[in-house]
Amino acid sequence: MHIPDGFIDAKTATTTGALAAAGLGLALLRVRRCLPPRRVPLLGLTAAFLFTAQMLNFPVAGGTSGHLLGGVLAAVLLGPSGAVVVMSAVVILQCFMFADGGVTALGANLLNMALVAPGVGYVVYAVVRRSAGGGPRGQLLAVAFASWCSPVAAALACTGELAWSGTVAWAVGFPAMAGLHMLIGLGEALLTTLVIATILRVRPELLLEGAAADLPSNRRRLLAQGLLLALGLVVFLTPFACSWPDGLETVAAVLGFAHRAAGTPVAPSPFPDYAVPGIGSAVLSTIVAGCVGTVAAFVFAYLLARFLTPTGFARAKSA
Amino acid sequence: MDHQLLSLYQHRDSPIHRLPATVKLIGALVFVFVVVLLPLSAWRAYALGAAALLLIAAFARLPARVLARKLLWVEPFALGIALLALLQHNGIRVFAAMLARSTLCLLCMVLLSSTTRFTDLLQALGRARVPSLLVTTLALMHRYVFLLHDEMGRMRRARRSRTFTDGRLWVWRSGAGVIAHLFLRSLEHAERIYAAMCARGWKT
Repeated sequence: MHIPDGFIDAKTATTTGALAAAGLGLALLRVRRCLPPRRVPLLGLTAAFLFTAQMLNFPVAGGTSGHLLGGVLAAVLLGPSGAVVVMSAVVILQCFMFADGGVTALGANLLNMALVAPGVGYVVYAVVRRSAGGGPRGQLLAVAFASWCSPVAAALACTGELAWSGTVAWAVGFPAMAGLHMLIGLGEALLTTLVIATILRVRPELLLEGAAADLPSNRRRLLAQGLLLALGLVVFLTPFACSWPDGLETVAAVLGFAHRAAGTPVAPSPFPDYAVPGIGSAVLSTIVAGCVGTVAAFVFAYLLARFLTPTGFARAKSA
Repeated sequence: MDHQLLSLYQHRDSPIHRLPATVKLIGALVFVFVVVLLPLSAWRAYALGAAALLLIAAFARLPARVLARKLLWVEPFALGIALLALLQHNGIRVFAAMLARSTLCLLCMVLLSSTTRFTDLLQALGRARVPSLLVTTLALMHRYVFLLHDEMGRMRRARRSRTFTDGRLWVWRSGAGVIAHLFLRSLEHAERIYAAMCARGWKT
Protein backbone atom coordinates (compact mmCIF):
# COMPACT_ATOMS: atom_id res chain seq x y z
CA MET A 1 0.00 0.00 0.00
CA HIS A 2 3.06 2.25 -0.01
CA ILE A 3 2.38 4.87 -2.67
CA PRO A 4 5.56 5.56 -4.69
CA ASP A 5 6.61 8.93 -6.08
CA GLY A 6 4.84 10.08 -9.19
CA PHE A 7 1.44 8.64 -8.40
CA ILE A 8 0.14 11.61 -6.45
CA ASP A 9 -0.29 15.09 -7.86
CA ALA A 10 0.67 18.36 -6.21
CA LYS A 11 -2.69 19.21 -4.63
CA THR A 12 -3.10 15.76 -3.09
CA ALA A 13 0.51 15.71 -1.89
CA THR A 14 0.13 19.11 -0.23
CA THR A 15 -3.21 18.33 1.38
CA THR A 16 -2.21 14.92 2.70
CA GLY A 17 1.16 16.32 3.80
CA ALA A 18 -0.54 19.03 5.83
CA LEU A 19 -3.04 16.57 7.32
CA ALA A 20 -0.31 14.10 8.21
CA ALA A 21 1.87 16.80 9.75
CA ALA A 22 -1.06 18.10 11.82
CA GLY A 23 -2.03 14.61 12.98
CA LEU A 24 1.50 13.60 13.82
CA GLY A 25 2.12 16.90 15.60
CA LEU A 26 -1.00 16.43 17.69
CA ALA A 27 -0.01 12.87 18.54
CA LEU A 28 3.51 14.00 19.53
CA LEU A 29 2.03 16.69 21.77
CA ARG A 30 -0.33 14.23 23.42
CA VAL A 31 2.44 11.67 23.91
CA ARG A 32 4.70 14.33 25.40
CA ARG A 33 1.98 15.34 27.82
CA CYS A 34 0.60 11.94 28.80
CA LEU A 35 3.37 9.40 28.42
CA PRO A 36 5.53 9.01 31.52
CA PRO A 37 9.20 9.64 30.63
CA ARG A 38 9.91 6.07 31.68
CA ARG A 39 8.15 4.89 28.55
CA VAL A 40 9.78 7.20 26.01
CA PRO A 41 12.35 4.60 24.90
CA LEU A 42 9.46 2.19 24.50
CA LEU A 43 8.31 4.20 21.47
CA GLY A 44 11.58 3.63 19.64
CA LEU A 45 11.69 -0.01 20.66
CA THR A 46 8.09 -0.65 19.62
CA ALA A 47 8.82 0.97 16.27
CA ALA A 48 11.83 -1.31 15.83
CA PHE A 49 9.70 -4.24 16.96
CA LEU A 50 6.95 -3.51 14.42
CA PHE A 51 9.48 -3.02 11.66
CA THR A 52 11.05 -6.38 12.51
CA ALA A 53 7.71 -8.12 12.89
CA GLN A 54 6.73 -6.92 9.42
CA MET A 55 9.68 -8.88 8.02
CA LEU A 56 8.27 -12.17 9.27
CA ASN A 57 6.40 -13.77 6.39
CA PHE A 58 3.39 -16.03 6.77
CA PRO A 59 2.34 -18.46 4.06
CA VAL A 60 -1.00 -17.75 2.39
CA ALA A 61 -2.63 -19.84 -0.33
CA GLY A 62 -0.87 -20.42 -3.61
CA GLY A 63 2.73 -19.61 -2.81
CA THR A 64 2.01 -16.04 -1.78
CA SER A 65 2.83 -14.79 1.68
CA GLY A 66 1.76 -11.91 3.85
CA HIS A 67 2.98 -10.13 6.91
CA LEU A 68 1.71 -8.22 9.92
CA LEU A 69 0.86 -4.55 9.41
CA GLY A 70 0.56 -3.77 13.10
CA GLY A 71 -1.64 -0.67 13.26
CA VAL A 72 -4.10 -2.13 15.76
CA LEU A 73 -1.39 -4.03 17.62
CA ALA A 74 0.43 -0.76 18.26
CA ALA A 75 -2.79 1.04 19.20
CA VAL A 76 -3.80 -1.64 21.71
CA LEU A 77 -0.33 -1.81 23.26
CA LEU A 78 0.51 1.91 23.36
CA GLY A 79 -2.77 3.79 22.99
CA PRO A 80 -3.77 5.78 19.90
CA SER A 81 -1.29 8.66 20.02
CA GLY A 82 1.65 6.43 20.85
CA ALA A 83 0.64 4.19 17.95
CA VAL A 84 0.55 7.16 15.58
CA VAL A 85 4.11 8.17 16.54
CA VAL A 86 5.40 4.62 16.27
CA MET A 87 3.75 3.89 12.93
CA SER A 88 5.03 7.24 11.60
CA ALA A 89 8.57 6.27 12.56
CA VAL A 90 8.16 2.98 10.71
CA VAL A 91 6.82 4.66 7.57
CA ILE A 92 9.55 7.34 7.63
CA LEU A 93 12.32 4.77 8.02
CA GLN A 94 10.87 2.71 5.17
CA CYS A 95 10.77 5.81 3.00
CA PHE A 96 14.34 6.97 3.61
CA MET A 97 16.19 3.68 4.04
CA PHE A 98 14.37 1.33 1.71
CA ALA A 99 12.92 3.84 -0.74
CA ASP A 100 9.66 2.04 0.11
CA GLY A 101 7.00 4.68 -0.45
CA GLY A 102 7.82 7.95 -2.17
CA VAL A 103 9.07 11.17 -0.62
CA THR A 104 6.39 13.29 -2.23
CA ALA A 105 3.85 10.66 -1.20
CA LEU A 106 5.23 10.54 2.36
CA GLY A 107 2.33 12.67 3.59
CA ALA A 108 -0.19 10.37 1.95
CA ASN A 109 1.53 7.25 3.22
CA LEU A 110 1.74 8.66 6.74
CA LEU A 111 -1.93 9.58 6.57
CA ASN A 112 -2.96 6.08 5.44
CA MET A 113 -0.68 3.85 7.45
CA ALA A 114 0.24 5.94 10.49
CA LEU A 115 -2.96 7.91 11.11
CA VAL A 116 -5.94 6.19 9.47
CA ALA A 117 -4.85 2.60 10.14
CA PRO A 118 -4.21 2.88 13.89
CA GLY A 119 -6.82 5.63 14.34
CA VAL A 120 -9.75 3.79 12.77
CA GLY A 121 -8.51 0.58 14.33
CA TYR A 122 -8.47 2.13 17.78
CA VAL A 123 -11.92 3.68 17.46
CA VAL A 124 -13.44 0.36 16.34
CA TYR A 125 -11.54 -1.42 19.11
CA ALA A 126 -12.79 0.97 21.78
CA VAL A 127 -16.41 0.86 20.57
CA VAL A 128 -16.60 -2.92 20.26
CA ARG A 129 -14.79 -3.46 23.51
CA ARG A 130 -17.20 -1.24 25.39
CA SER A 131 -20.18 -3.31 24.23
CA ALA A 132 -18.54 -6.71 24.21
CA GLY A 133 -17.42 -6.53 27.80
CA GLY A 134 -13.96 -6.02 29.15
CA GLY A 135 -13.00 -9.65 29.73
CA PRO A 136 -10.34 -11.31 27.63
CA ARG A 137 -12.88 -12.67 25.17
CA GLY A 138 -14.45 -9.28 24.58
CA GLN A 139 -11.05 -7.76 24.19
CA LEU A 140 -10.00 -10.35 21.63
CA LEU A 141 -13.24 -9.86 19.71
CA ALA A 142 -12.57 -6.11 19.63
CA VAL A 143 -8.95 -6.67 18.57
CA ALA A 144 -9.93 -9.09 15.81
CA PHE A 145 -12.63 -6.90 14.29
CA ALA A 146 -10.60 -3.71 14.63
CA SER A 147 -7.59 -5.27 12.92
CA TRP A 148 -9.80 -6.30 10.04
CA CYS A 149 -11.21 -2.78 9.70
CA SER A 150 -7.86 -1.03 9.91
CA PRO A 151 -6.22 -2.19 6.63
CA VAL A 152 -9.53 -1.79 4.79
CA ALA A 153 -9.84 1.81 5.98
CA ALA A 154 -6.22 2.53 5.04
CA ALA A 155 -6.74 1.03 1.58
CA LEU A 156 -9.84 3.16 1.07
CA ALA A 157 -7.90 6.28 2.04
CA CYS A 158 -5.14 5.24 -0.37
CA THR A 159 -7.62 4.72 -3.21
CA GLY A 160 -9.23 8.05 -2.48
CA GLU A 161 -5.88 9.81 -2.77
CA LEU A 162 -5.03 8.05 -6.02
CA ALA A 163 -8.44 8.89 -7.43
CA TRP A 164 -8.16 12.52 -6.36
CA SER A 165 -4.83 12.71 -8.18
CA GLY A 166 -6.44 11.27 -11.28
CA THR A 167 -4.09 8.29 -11.33
CA VAL A 168 -6.61 5.53 -10.86
CA ALA A 169 -10.32 6.08 -11.34
CA TRP A 170 -12.31 5.58 -8.14
CA ALA A 171 -14.74 3.27 -9.94
CA VAL A 172 -11.80 1.03 -10.92
CA GLY A 173 -9.66 1.30 -7.84
CA PHE A 174 -12.34 1.07 -5.15
CA PRO A 175 -13.57 -2.50 -5.76
CA ALA A 176 -10.04 -3.77 -6.44
CA MET A 177 -8.41 -2.23 -3.39
CA ALA A 178 -11.34 -2.80 -1.02
CA GLY A 179 -11.74 -6.43 -2.07
CA LEU A 180 -8.04 -7.17 -1.78
CA HIS A 181 -7.71 -5.57 1.62
CA MET A 182 -10.81 -7.25 2.98
CA LEU A 183 -8.93 -10.49 2.39
CA ILE A 184 -5.67 -9.10 3.76
CA GLY A 185 -7.65 -7.92 6.78
CA LEU A 186 -8.61 -11.51 7.62
CA GLY A 187 -4.93 -12.46 7.88
CA GLU A 188 -4.20 -9.33 9.87
CA ALA A 189 -7.08 -10.12 12.24
CA LEU A 190 -5.89 -13.68 12.77
CA LEU A 191 -2.31 -12.61 13.39
CA THR A 192 -3.07 -9.68 15.68
CA THR A 193 -5.49 -11.78 17.72
CA LEU A 194 -2.93 -14.56 18.07
CA VAL A 195 -0.29 -12.09 19.22
CA ILE A 196 -2.59 -10.35 21.71
CA ALA A 197 -3.84 -13.72 23.00
CA THR A 198 -0.25 -14.78 23.66
CA ILE A 199 0.52 -11.54 25.48
CA LEU A 200 -2.71 -11.99 27.48
CA ARG A 201 -1.55 -15.42 28.53
CA VAL A 202 2.02 -14.42 29.41
CA ARG A 203 1.76 -10.85 30.71
CA PRO A 204 -1.96 -10.07 31.19
CA GLU A 205 -1.23 -7.01 33.32
CA LEU A 206 0.11 -5.21 30.24
CA LEU A 207 -3.30 -5.28 28.58
CA LEU A 208 -5.89 -5.23 31.35
CA GLU A 209 -4.82 -2.16 33.24
CA GLY A 210 -7.59 -0.03 31.72
CA ALA A 211 -10.81 0.68 33.59
CA ALA A 212 -12.76 -1.25 30.95
CA ALA A 213 -11.78 -4.54 32.55
CA ASP A 214 -15.00 -4.86 34.54
CA LEU A 215 -17.51 -3.82 31.91
CA PRO A 216 -20.38 -6.28 31.57
CA SER A 217 -20.98 -7.89 28.21
CA ASN A 218 -24.00 -6.60 26.33
CA ARG A 219 -24.83 -8.71 23.33
CA ARG A 220 -27.91 -6.87 22.19
CA ARG A 221 -26.10 -3.57 22.19
CA LEU A 222 -23.22 -5.13 20.27
CA LEU A 223 -25.57 -6.48 17.62
CA ALA A 224 -27.31 -3.10 17.32
CA GLN A 225 -23.98 -1.35 16.95
CA GLY A 226 -22.82 -3.81 14.31
CA LEU A 227 -25.98 -3.25 12.28
CA LEU A 228 -25.62 0.50 12.72
CA LEU A 229 -22.04 0.33 11.51
CA ALA A 230 -22.97 -1.67 8.41
CA LEU A 231 -25.84 0.71 7.68
CA GLY A 232 -23.57 3.68 8.22
CA LEU A 233 -21.08 2.26 5.75
CA VAL A 234 -23.83 1.95 3.14
CA VAL A 235 -25.14 5.45 3.73
CA PHE A 236 -21.66 6.88 3.73
CA LEU A 237 -20.33 5.01 0.72
CA THR A 238 -23.32 5.19 -1.63
CA PRO A 239 -23.14 8.90 -2.49
CA PHE A 240 -19.37 8.63 -2.29
CA ALA A 241 -19.21 5.86 -4.85
CA CYS A 242 -21.83 7.37 -7.14
CA SER A 243 -20.75 10.96 -7.33
CA TRP A 244 -17.02 10.67 -6.98
CA PRO A 245 -16.16 13.37 -9.52
CA ASP A 246 -12.86 12.11 -10.87
CA GLY A 247 -13.96 8.56 -11.39
CA LEU A 248 -17.11 9.49 -13.25
CA GLU A 249 -15.43 12.25 -15.19
CA THR A 250 -12.65 9.94 -16.28
CA VAL A 251 -15.06 7.29 -17.40
CA ALA A 252 -17.16 9.89 -19.18
CA ALA A 253 -14.16 11.40 -20.89
CA VAL A 254 -12.84 8.03 -21.94
CA LEU A 255 -16.21 6.88 -23.25
CA GLY A 256 -16.81 10.09 -25.17
CA PHE A 257 -13.31 10.05 -26.53
CA ALA A 258 -13.57 6.43 -27.56
CA HIS A 259 -16.75 7.13 -29.49
CA ARG A 260 -15.28 10.02 -31.38
CA ALA A 261 -11.99 8.31 -32.07
CA ALA A 262 -13.67 5.24 -33.45
CA GLY A 263 -15.57 7.40 -35.89
CA THR A 264 -18.85 5.77 -35.02
CA PRO A 265 -21.89 8.04 -35.20
CA VAL A 266 -22.06 9.72 -31.84
CA ALA A 267 -25.43 9.27 -30.23
CA PRO A 268 -26.94 12.49 -28.92
CA SER A 269 -26.24 11.38 -25.39
CA PRO A 270 -24.39 8.11 -25.21
CA PHE A 271 -23.57 8.42 -21.56
CA PRO A 272 -26.97 8.10 -19.85
CA ASP A 273 -27.97 5.34 -22.25
CA TYR A 274 -25.85 2.59 -20.87
CA ALA A 275 -22.93 3.86 -18.85
CA VAL A 276 -24.81 5.09 -15.80
CA PRO A 277 -26.99 2.00 -15.36
CA GLY A 278 -23.82 -0.07 -15.68
CA ILE A 279 -22.00 1.94 -13.08
CA GLY A 280 -25.07 2.08 -10.89
CA SER A 281 -25.38 -1.68 -10.67
CA ALA A 282 -21.62 -2.04 -10.20
CA VAL A 283 -21.79 0.41 -7.32
CA LEU A 284 -24.75 -1.40 -5.81
CA SER A 285 -23.11 -4.78 -6.05
CA THR A 286 -19.90 -3.33 -4.59
CA ILE A 287 -21.82 -2.00 -1.62
CA VAL A 288 -23.70 -5.25 -1.09
CA ALA A 289 -20.42 -7.14 -1.28
CA GLY A 290 -18.92 -4.71 1.20
CA CYS A 291 -21.74 -5.22 3.70
CA VAL A 292 -21.65 -9.01 3.36
CA GLY A 293 -17.87 -8.89 3.79
CA THR A 294 -18.18 -6.75 6.92
CA VAL A 295 -20.69 -9.08 8.51
CA ALA A 296 -18.56 -12.11 7.57
CA ALA A 297 -15.52 -10.45 9.09
CA PHE A 298 -17.41 -9.83 12.30
CA VAL A 299 -18.43 -13.47 12.49
CA PHE A 300 -14.81 -14.42 11.82
CA ALA A 301 -13.67 -12.11 14.61
CA TYR A 302 -16.24 -13.65 16.97
CA LEU A 303 -15.02 -17.16 16.17
CA LEU A 304 -11.40 -16.10 16.64
CA ALA A 305 -12.19 -14.61 20.03
CA ARG A 306 -14.13 -17.72 21.02
CA PHE A 307 -11.40 -20.16 20.16
CA LEU A 308 -8.31 -18.15 21.03
CA THR A 309 -9.24 -16.87 24.48
CA PRO A 310 -6.75 -18.30 26.95
CA THR A 311 -9.09 -20.61 28.89
CA GLY A 312 -7.26 -20.90 32.18
CA PHE A 313 -7.01 -17.17 32.38
CA ALA A 314 -10.71 -16.63 31.66
CA ARG A 315 -11.72 -19.02 34.44
CA ALA A 316 -9.34 -17.50 36.95
CA LYS A 317 -10.68 -14.05 36.14
CA SER A 318 -14.34 -14.96 36.61
CA ALA A 319 -13.74 -16.98 39.77
CA MET B 1 15.00 -8.71 3.96
CA ASP B 2 18.62 -9.27 4.78
CA HIS B 3 19.96 -6.34 6.67
CA GLN B 4 23.32 -6.47 4.94
CA LEU B 5 21.50 -4.71 2.15
CA LEU B 6 20.45 -1.92 4.48
CA SER B 7 23.77 -0.40 5.38
CA LEU B 8 25.78 -1.56 2.39
CA TYR B 9 28.13 1.05 0.90
CA GLN B 10 27.16 3.77 3.34
CA HIS B 11 30.60 3.77 4.84
CA ARG B 12 32.61 4.03 1.65
CA ASP B 13 34.60 7.07 0.77
CA SER B 14 33.90 9.16 -2.32
CA PRO B 15 33.21 12.82 -3.10
CA ILE B 16 29.49 12.06 -2.89
CA HIS B 17 29.81 10.28 0.45
CA ARG B 18 31.72 13.23 1.87
CA LEU B 19 29.04 15.80 1.02
CA PRO B 20 27.08 17.00 4.08
CA ALA B 21 23.89 15.05 4.69
CA THR B 22 21.76 18.20 4.59
CA VAL B 23 22.96 19.00 1.08
CA LYS B 24 22.23 15.49 -0.15
CA LEU B 25 18.84 15.39 1.54
CA ILE B 26 17.76 18.71 0.05
CA GLY B 27 19.19 17.73 -3.34
CA ALA B 28 17.27 14.46 -3.35
CA LEU B 29 14.05 16.18 -2.27
CA VAL B 30 14.38 18.83 -4.98
CA PHE B 31 15.09 16.18 -7.62
CA VAL B 32 12.08 14.10 -6.61
CA PHE B 33 9.74 17.10 -6.50
CA VAL B 34 10.88 18.29 -9.94
CA VAL B 35 10.39 14.82 -11.44
CA VAL B 36 6.92 14.54 -9.95
CA LEU B 37 5.88 17.96 -11.22
CA LEU B 38 7.03 17.24 -14.80
CA PRO B 39 4.26 16.68 -17.33
CA LEU B 40 3.40 13.05 -17.99
CA SER B 41 5.08 12.75 -21.39
CA ALA B 42 8.29 14.67 -20.73
CA TRP B 43 10.40 11.75 -21.88
CA ARG B 44 13.46 13.87 -22.70
CA ALA B 45 13.53 15.26 -19.16
CA TYR B 46 13.20 11.74 -17.73
CA ALA B 47 16.22 10.62 -19.77
CA LEU B 48 18.19 13.66 -18.60
CA GLY B 49 17.34 12.88 -14.96
CA ALA B 50 18.33 9.24 -15.36
CA ALA B 51 21.67 10.27 -16.90
CA ALA B 52 22.34 12.64 -14.00
CA LEU B 53 21.57 9.96 -11.41
CA LEU B 54 23.77 7.38 -13.15
CA LEU B 55 26.59 9.93 -13.26
CA ILE B 56 26.26 10.48 -9.50
CA ALA B 57 26.23 6.71 -8.94
CA ALA B 58 29.45 6.43 -10.94
CA PHE B 59 31.03 9.25 -8.90
CA ALA B 60 30.02 7.52 -5.68
CA ARG B 61 31.60 4.34 -7.02
CA LEU B 62 28.53 2.25 -6.28
CA PRO B 63 28.45 -1.10 -8.08
CA ALA B 64 25.66 -1.25 -10.63
CA ARG B 65 24.62 -4.73 -9.52
CA VAL B 66 23.90 -3.63 -5.96
CA LEU B 67 21.94 -0.61 -7.15
CA ALA B 68 19.91 -2.80 -9.47
CA ARG B 69 19.23 -5.25 -6.65
CA LYS B 70 18.07 -2.52 -4.29
CA LEU B 71 15.88 -1.10 -7.03
CA LEU B 72 14.35 -4.50 -7.74
CA TRP B 73 13.42 -4.82 -4.06
CA VAL B 74 11.13 -1.80 -4.20
CA GLU B 75 10.03 -1.77 -7.82
CA PRO B 76 7.20 -4.34 -7.37
CA PHE B 77 5.29 -1.94 -5.11
CA ALA B 78 5.33 0.75 -7.78
CA LEU B 79 4.44 -1.82 -10.41
CA GLY B 80 1.43 -2.97 -8.38
CA ILE B 81 -0.14 0.46 -8.25
CA ALA B 82 0.82 1.26 -11.84
CA LEU B 83 -1.01 -1.91 -12.91
CA LEU B 84 -4.21 -0.42 -11.49
CA ALA B 85 -3.72 2.53 -13.85
CA LEU B 86 -3.47 0.05 -16.69
CA LEU B 87 -7.03 -1.10 -16.00
CA GLN B 88 -8.56 2.14 -17.28
CA HIS B 89 -8.78 3.19 -20.91
CA ASN B 90 -5.76 5.02 -22.28
CA GLY B 91 -3.87 3.38 -19.44
CA ILE B 92 -0.72 2.31 -21.29
CA ARG B 93 0.61 5.85 -21.65
CA VAL B 94 -0.14 6.67 -18.03
CA PHE B 95 1.34 3.34 -16.98
CA ALA B 96 4.64 3.90 -18.81
CA ALA B 97 5.02 7.46 -17.57
CA MET B 98 4.20 6.46 -13.98
CA LEU B 99 6.72 3.67 -14.09
CA ALA B 100 9.45 5.91 -15.53
CA ARG B 101 8.82 8.61 -12.93
CA SER B 102 8.64 6.33 -9.95
CA THR B 103 11.76 4.46 -11.05
CA LEU B 104 13.67 7.74 -11.29
CA CYS B 105 12.55 8.76 -7.81
CA LEU B 106 13.31 5.31 -6.41
CA LEU B 107 16.82 5.41 -7.89
CA CYS B 108 17.33 8.84 -6.35
CA MET B 109 16.29 7.63 -2.89
CA VAL B 110 18.39 4.47 -3.22
CA LEU B 111 21.39 6.67 -4.05
CA LEU B 112 20.68 8.86 -1.04
CA SER B 113 20.39 5.91 1.33
CA SER B 114 23.52 4.21 -0.02
CA THR B 115 25.73 7.28 0.28
CA THR B 116 24.45 8.72 3.56
CA ARG B 117 24.43 7.22 7.03
CA PHE B 118 21.04 7.24 8.67
CA THR B 119 22.45 8.90 11.80
CA ASP B 120 23.72 11.79 9.65
CA LEU B 121 20.28 12.10 8.06
CA LEU B 122 18.73 12.18 11.52
CA GLN B 123 21.07 14.95 12.59
CA ALA B 124 20.03 16.90 9.51
CA LEU B 125 16.38 16.34 10.47
CA GLY B 126 17.08 17.50 14.01
CA ARG B 127 18.68 20.67 12.71
CA ALA B 128 15.61 21.22 10.54
CA ARG B 129 13.67 21.37 13.84
CA VAL B 130 11.75 18.14 13.46
CA PRO B 131 10.33 17.44 16.97
CA SER B 132 12.99 15.83 19.12
CA LEU B 133 10.67 13.08 20.33
CA LEU B 134 10.27 11.88 16.75
CA VAL B 135 14.01 12.07 16.08
CA THR B 136 14.75 10.14 19.29
CA THR B 137 12.21 7.50 18.32
CA LEU B 138 13.70 7.18 14.84
CA ALA B 139 17.25 6.96 16.20
CA LEU B 140 16.36 4.29 18.77
CA MET B 141 14.40 2.41 16.17
CA HIS B 142 17.24 2.41 13.67
CA ARG B 143 19.65 1.28 16.38
CA TYR B 144 17.50 -1.59 17.60
CA VAL B 145 16.05 -2.90 14.34
CA PHE B 146 19.21 -4.91 13.70
CA LEU B 147 19.32 -6.25 17.24
CA LEU B 148 15.67 -7.30 17.24
CA HIS B 149 16.04 -8.79 13.78
CA ASP B 150 18.83 -11.04 15.02
CA GLU B 151 16.81 -11.86 18.11
CA MET B 152 13.84 -12.85 15.98
CA GLY B 153 16.12 -15.07 13.90
CA ARG B 154 17.34 -16.84 17.04
CA MET B 155 13.80 -17.33 18.34
CA ARG B 156 12.63 -18.78 15.05
CA ARG B 157 15.59 -21.11 14.87
CA ALA B 158 14.95 -22.30 18.41
CA ARG B 159 11.30 -22.87 17.58
CA ARG B 160 12.07 -24.75 14.38
CA SER B 161 14.62 -26.98 16.02
CA ARG B 162 12.05 -28.10 18.58
CA THR B 163 9.02 -28.75 16.37
CA PHE B 164 8.56 -31.28 13.64
CA THR B 165 5.23 -30.24 12.17
CA ASP B 166 5.03 -28.03 9.15
CA GLY B 167 1.28 -27.34 9.03
CA ARG B 168 0.14 -23.91 7.95
CA LEU B 169 -1.88 -23.26 11.07
CA TRP B 170 1.11 -24.19 13.16
CA VAL B 171 3.32 -21.76 11.23
CA TRP B 172 0.85 -18.96 11.98
CA ARG B 173 0.53 -19.88 15.64
CA SER B 174 4.24 -20.16 16.26
CA GLY B 175 4.99 -17.06 14.20
CA ALA B 176 2.50 -15.08 16.26
CA GLY B 177 4.17 -16.45 19.39
CA VAL B 178 7.53 -15.24 18.11
CA ILE B 179 6.06 -11.77 17.49
CA ALA B 180 4.45 -11.62 20.94
CA HIS B 181 7.65 -12.62 22.69
CA LEU B 182 9.62 -10.22 20.57
CA PHE B 183 7.39 -7.45 21.91
CA LEU B 184 7.92 -8.58 25.49
CA ARG B 185 11.66 -8.59 24.93
CA SER B 186 11.61 -5.11 23.42
CA LEU B 187 9.69 -4.01 26.51
CA GLU B 188 12.55 -5.28 28.66
CA HIS B 189 15.10 -3.63 26.38
CA ALA B 190 13.21 -0.35 26.70
CA GLU B 191 13.29 -0.52 30.49
CA ARG B 192 17.03 -1.18 30.53
CA ILE B 193 17.62 1.61 28.01
CA TYR B 194 15.68 4.05 30.17
CA ALA B 195 17.74 3.14 33.20
CA ALA B 196 20.93 3.58 31.17
CA MET B 197 19.72 6.91 29.77
CA CYS B 198 18.90 8.22 33.25
CA ALA B 199 22.28 7.05 34.54
CA ARG B 200 23.85 9.24 31.87
CA GLY B 201 21.85 12.32 32.75
CA TRP B 202 19.12 12.22 30.09
CA LYS B 203 16.17 14.57 30.49
CA THR B 204 13.09 15.02 28.31
